[in-house]
Amino acid sequence: METMLYKNVYLNEVSTIAGPYEKKGPLGSYFDKTYDEFYFHKKTWEQAESKLIEESIDLVLRKLNKTRFDIDVHIGGDLLNQIVASNYAASRLKIPFLGIYSACATSMEGMIIGANLVEAKLVKNCLVTTSSHNNAAEKQFRYPVEYGAVKKKTTTFTVTGGTCAYLSREKSMIKIDSATIGTVEDMGEKDVMNMGAVMTPAAASTIYKHLKNTKRDISYYDLILTGDLGMYGEKMLKEFMEVEYRLKLKNYKDAGTMIYDLDNQPVFAGGSGPACAPLVAFSYVLEQMKKKEFKHVLVVATGALFSPTMTNQKLSIPSIAHAISLEVVQ
Amino acid sequence: MTKTGFIPVFLYEITKIFHIKHRGEDMEKNKYKDIVEKYTPKEDRTSHGLKAFLIGGLMGVLGQFLLDLYAYLFHIPTTEAAPFMIITLIFFASLFTALGFFDKWVAWAQAGLIIPITGFAHSMMSAALEYRKEGFVTGIGANMFKLAGTVIIFGVVSAYVFGFIRLILFGG
Repeated sequence: METMLYKNVYLNEVSTIAGPYEKKGPLGSYFDKTYDEFYFHKKTWEQAESKLIEESIDLVLRKLNKTRFDIDVHIGGDLLNQIVASNYAASRLKIPFLGIYSACATSMEGMIIGANLVEAKLVKNCLVTTSSHNNAAEKQFRYPVEYGAVKKKTTTFTVTGGTCAYLSREKSMIKIDSATIGTVEDMGEKDVMNMGAVMTPAAASTIYKHLKNTKRDISYYDLILTGDLGMYGEKMLKEFMEVEYRLKLKNYKDAGTMIYDLDNQPVFAGGSGPACAPLVAFSYVLEQMKKKEFKHVLVVATGALFSPTMTNQKLSIPSIAHAISLEVVQ
Repeated sequence: MTKTGFIPVFLYEITKIFHIKHRGEDMEKNKYKDIVEKYTPKEDRTSHGLKAFLIGGLMGVLGQFLLDLYAYLFHIPTTEAAPFMIITLIFFASLFTALGFFDKWVAWAQAGLIIPITGFAHSMMSAALEYRKEGFVTGIGANMFKLAGTVIIFGVVSAYVFGFIRLILFGG
């Protein structure tokens, strides 16, 4: 069964830290903390990304008035090889740690694992962290940062940011109501500069399955938020959902297009990266939920499971999407 | 896409074992390709080409100017002035890369700055900058030719091939 319903899991507290480009974007004022440069007083970008995770955990613990000894498990992942940013942060924190990877869908994968552990009463509480760093990701997946690579209009721009969420059974305003684990989809897309097209089938299948399994109508959700399809992927998803599943998307937005000012910032088709979906969901969207503008929100984090080795071997890029449904309770 | 019932699923799985392609699968992929194509914006090839042509041409003019300048200043034939011209271009491409604004120029002018020697210098310098914190040998040494290595290998190979062709056709 790919959809799970939860009775007693709450999202008690979150923290969001963002980099310079996100700060200048339209959601800049919603983040807990922002930086003006890419090093965050560390020597390298990889170490800077690791610092983002540590800081986001610190922020959440401070908001909750807890220490790290009160936390039962920490689930985290990022985009770097061997998820080093999360591993190095975890090695300093010494909270029991589960490292995970689903590219840009990592955030919601972590939330699903955490919610399951909490719901089953195996743990009291858990922290879920996700991070990404623009320069570290460029270095690993694309070209050197100082190299003026020619990019297509459909390229997405990796978000710099770190987020942390605290899940437990203690009651709060935001409840995690259900979640859907996605399947890996591959429609034969090979263009690494057009990740929106790669991830659209995965997002569509997860949204469809979620609605089918929960027997909900599309209008049940006040907002369906996909992770990082970008401005062209957004349109592709709308059309693909209609053609393939005969579903007309309503109240739909993409986090990648919300986090940046697409007209005035040099970000091509929009934001991407593991931190993109949670940065938008945990800042702007949660704020709106607390104001009761949105009551039911479906966050669908989309990930392109892309490896330079496999694309060089001429294989197409598989993709995955995981969905979490959040609900306001009082 | 979703098949239900025991027998259809069973048959579907059996065909998969023998790698039989389903007509539906291809149809689906083609249908999806159409959607992708519809919403993927076209790259502006004419203006890119024109920009590259103009900037590349200007680079050629600059090179010729430097060549003549060195030949005039040092009283040497232009063939001997060529290395000085190349060194100058490489030096400034590397310096501007290190100062952090050359990547924006290259991204704008595209092939206009990539094809001349400036592109080669830029690719090496940017890789060296990127990996400098991973040590001299394991970082800079191992990664400096990450982008430029291909150019050298295939440059040498094609020089060899065309040299041979010239030798056979024109006798050297």
